[in-house]
Amino acid sequence: MSGAAEGDDNGKTAVCARTMTVFIIRRLLQSLGVLLATSVIVFLGVFAIGNPADILIAADATQAERQAAIVALGLDRPLVEQYWIFLTNALQGDLGRSFVFNQPAIGLILARLPATLELAFIALLIALIAGIPLGLIAGLKPQSLVDETIMTGSILGFSLPNFWQGMMLIMIFSVWLGWLPAGGRGDTTQFLGVTTSLLNWDGIAHLILPATNLALFNLALVIRLTRTGVREIMPLDFIKFARAKGLTERRIVLVHVLKNIMIPVVTVVGMEFGSIIAFAVVTETIFSWPGIGKLLIDSIMLLDRPVVVSYLLVVVFMFIVINLLVDIAYSLLDPRIRLRDAQ
Amino acid sequence: MNALPTRWRLSPDSTLSRAIDGIITSPKAAIGAVVTILLVLVAVFGPWLAPQNPYDLGAIDFFDARLPPLSPSMNGSIYLLGTDGQGRDMLSAMIYGLRTSIAVGLLAGIVALVVGTALGLVAAYVGGRVDALVMRLVDLMLGLPAILVALMLLALLGQGVWKVILALVLVQWAQFARAVRAAALVERNKEYVEAAVSLGLSRPRILFGHMLPNCLPPIIVVGTLQVASAISAEATLSFLGIGLPITEPSLGLLIANGYKVLLSGQYWISVYPGLLLLVLVFSINVVGDRLREVFNPRFLGR
Repeated sequence: MSGAAEGDDNGKTAVCARTMTVFIIRRLLQSLGVLLATSVIVFLGVFAIGNPADILIAADATQAERQAAIVALGLDRPLVEQYWIFLTNALQGDLGRSFVFNQPAIGLILARLPATLELAFIALLIALIAGIPLGLIAGLKPQSLVDETIMTGSILGFSLPNFWQGMMLIMIFSVWLGWLPAGGRGDTTQFLGVTTSLLNWDGIAHLILPATNLALFNLALVIRLTRTGVREIMPLDFIKFARAKGLTERRIVLVHVLKNIMIPVVTVVGMEFGSIIAFAVVTETIFSWPGIGKLLIDSIMLLDRPVVVSYLLVVVFMFIVINLLVDIAYSLLDPRIRLRDAQ
Repeated sequence: MNALPTRWRLSPDSTLSRAIDGIITSPKAAIGAVVTILLVLVAVFGPWLAPQNPYDLGAIDFFDARLPPLSPSMNGSIYLLGTDGQGRDMLSAMIYGLRTSIAVGLLAGIVALVVGTALGLVAAYVGGRVDALVMRLVDLMLGLPAILVALMLLALLGQGVWKVILALVLVQWAQFARAVRAAALVERNKEYVEAAVSLGLSRPRILFGHMLPNCLPPIIVVGTLQVASAISAEATLSFLGIGLPITEPSLGLLIANGYKVLLSGQYWISVYPGLLLLVLVFSINVVGDRLREVFNPRFLGR
């Protein structure tokens, strides 16, 4: 199969394309399975554990209204049939109406999604920009004082409770120093149809603390991944060869080592993007960031179940899509993975 | 380990002594272990150590509310770390919160360990369809972010101590199952298992009497790190208001109380419980990190 990489053999290329297609179809089916399983769990959670009539009908409804609503919602039908209705509605983008906002729940989620995505994306960027150099430094001087300090710092990064660390950021930079705002999103700008905080200073000032808060855990992760990668690559022959060729240490590290650690780092971090969106719940709560995470917590507190259900399905869906894309990208880069999976 | 499986090698003592050796030889891990043990002792003997019972309404005085650290109380004693919004001594509230946090984290960690280890061992030994099913479940659980699964469960079930523990177990068992399965797959092909099979020992006895002791290293490492992560996760869920109820205040809930007054400068209500939580989780993680170095990392399934 290795010959297919050169693309000079038509037969082999065709086989390769076929394994690739098989791989993608298998992964798609698996993803659909996970999504279906999630929908069953969420459905059962809402419709079987609590009394769905209490959850879906406003508390101030009269007995007659209540009865009419039960029939209208199909709550008098068998559970399997109810699940089928829930599923077909969900596939048409109808996940119920929010009690609090009296709007389609899915619309509420989608309206707040860009704010969360922006926050998560900037957090990821901070983690990469700060984490890779720190991991490089630690990995190039193993067991040194610098390495020990950076690695202990990364354990600290894992151990810092995210919500408390965010509160300390507010306390230090907003309350004591007064440099940055403590919460909210600030001014946003419309750019090419996207609402963003990045194009004016007020928006950026509001973004710094929450993005730092969200980045810290992944910063620790990137440091560890980079350090491990450096330590694995440095003893390899091609590094020795590069040294023998007379390349500067600087060029070896910045070009050859960095290029080789980027694949695992980007893969793992790509998969972490889903976790970042999930963890944004905490950050958005602390910094009153108007994204889907804050909407979720508010909705849980107000018992706005359709919004909770929509959040869970949308985030799991996003998560599955991200994993699928990372898997496909990775299998394009590394043929061993799709071969193992296709067999 | 490929040499003759003598009795002492099979006993868990050798694993334990290796763990202790590893911790003692690293100053960082030794400090972490000492701090962890001290905090557990404080939690166990909390009611005798705390200056005040923070949940005895007769003992707290509302006029003492939100006093900064080192303030004298109405009856002359000193509030070392100040008081909270209800006039509770922060130090006492923290000691009681520490009890709840450690109890919930430890209980969740132990249940996840038992469930995950049993499933991992059985999956590795039986193989075939059972193995495939368990590993599919493990992949599913590890594929979703832990916080999302816990949020999903608690959003649907509502809050409560046992629900939080259930949610934590649900997100953590898979880590144990994966690590134990990887170790057990290596053990299964060793001679002592073959010998046990030919001696006609029962399956449970081979699994839990003979293979389990040899799978201890990954269990200890994952267990240590998972207890730390359980404590941290519980604090996060309680902070979000979907974890423990107000009747069982953990450190996370104390910090949440302080969040409301943070902007008015009353920092001590959230800073000190947070520091305590950080020291606890950090100490356990430092020990776990050292244990991971000591034991062969290839057992950890990566």
